[in-house]
Amino acid sequence: MALRSILSKNTIARSVGLGLRLGHVRGLKTLSLPDLPYGYGALEPVISEEIMHLHHLKHHLTYVTNYNKALELLDVAMGKGDAQTVVKLQSLIKFNGGGHINHSIFWNNLAPTGEGGGEPPEGPLAGAIDKQFISLGKLIDKINAEGAALQGSGWVWLAFDKELGRLAVETTLNQDPLVTKKATLVPLLGVDVWEHAYYLQYKNVKQEYLSSIWKVMNWKYAGEVYDKSRS
Amino acid sequence: KQCHLKAGPQMITAKLELKPPPYPLDALEPHMSRETLEYHWGKHHRTYVENLNHQIVGTELDQMTLEDLILVSYNRGNILPQFNNAAQIWNHEFFWESMKPGGGGKPSGYLLELIKRDFGNFEALVKELKSAASSQFGSGWAWLMYKANRLDVGNAVNPRPQEEDKKLVVVKSPNAGNPLVWDYSPLLTIDVWEHAYYIDFQNRRADYITVFMEKLVSWEVVSLRLELAKARASEREREEERRKREEEDGYSAGSEAEEMYLESETDESEPEAE
Repeated sequence: MALRSILSKNTIARSVGLGLRLGHVRGLKTLSLPDLPYGYGALEPVISEEIMHLHHLKHHLTYVTNYNKALELLDVAMGKGDAQTVVKLQSLIKFNGGGHINHSIFWNNLAPTGEGGGEPPEGPLAGAIDKQFISLGKLIDKINAEGAALQGSGWVWLAFDKELGRLAVETTLNQDPLVTKKATLVPLLGVDVWEHAYYLQYKNVKQEYLSSIWKVMNWKYAGEVYDKSRS
Repeated sequence: KQCHLKAGPQMITAKLELKPPPYPLDALEPHMSRETLEYHWGKHHRTYVENLNHQIVGTELDQMTLEDLILVSYNRGNILPQFNNAAQIWNHEFFWESMKPGGGGKPSGYLLELIKRDFGNFEALVKELKSAASSQFGSGWAWLMYKANRLDVGNAVNPRPQEEDKKLVVVKSPNAGNPLVWDYSPLLTIDVWEHAYYIDFQNRRADYITVFMEKLVSWEVVSLRLELAKARASEREREEERRKREEEDGYSAGSEAEEMYLESETDESEPEAE
């Protein structure tokens, strides 16, 4: 199917920030699954190869597929002036589109140890963290606490609030992208706390997943996004 | 519930217990693995119980039944911290009891009649349950419920209940959502939090739901719950009628008293005849 060609490496895509790739169906710009920036087993032992496979090739791909389907249906409905269907599709678009957006950020938030994963932030971001949260350790504690307290499915984010000019720790439910919480929030890094993100390895011990993930956190990427969003 | 009398400062605490499923943990194999039960019941469900006990000990919530705890902590939608734990304990107990080894098959008797009346046929009910369970974004539950004298909006009571309003309905709820707060009578539930199926099915929630319907559901339990739900609805109707009658009786008794008062006034106003 066309899927295989979509999944092949595409350097143009990588330069488009989130790795969003644009295809065309009837003039509509559909999305495709971005490549992982590393191998499926590269984040072991923190996140298992099995989880990475399922998370990327099943969960994320399903969001992409369903988003594209919903988009096609939306196009038809808009063409017909079918307001009911247009409105009905919104929740599917938000859920699947959000799923794609969030996971695209997430793969970039992680890096193998030895390729930057776990190395603490530097530069302006590091300064901002110390100023606002006293230390990196305290920020991590806060993010972990929010993640642990989240009921059900969702995400914990370190964000930069462009309006207030400061960092913020926020949570979103289900696949709601951060922008739905406040339009001026820029996600620097997110931690997926849906059970699928950790269950096969950590089972019900969410806290252990949360404390471990910092060993593969790509602070360099977060720093780059921070710098860009302040310019 | 257990009651512990502690020595020293006299303290009676009622601790909620972790109720085991009505079958051994490996009894649902191969459709739901022992490993899943060990984690789902042995860790997740157990943690809800332990956490709730921590939250209520020494407070006025200690001593309440689980159902009362749910309603109180639901707080008309402005949920209190105890709600998630209390509701999830109830939901999980209900879930284990909704399944049995060698389950599946088809319902029968009065339950099947109602299913045909309200859904057309059994296959249509299965389709609707599967759809609700698959389309619940994120974590949550799908339910088959008996709705009596309730409108389709939250807590609203139907002011003119009719026989046709007593229906079977399929409902889905997010996270710890428990339709007890709407006074619906739950008959069946399927847990669609990822921890319910991830070990056995990974991301394939649709397969899990199919196996649940075909191999695990205990239609006997669902039928029994329906009987209880109907009895509850009838009892409530009788109480409503009783209350209405009491109100009406109370009103007419009051007006008789007034008339008597007026008569005696008239009597007194007449000059005493000699």
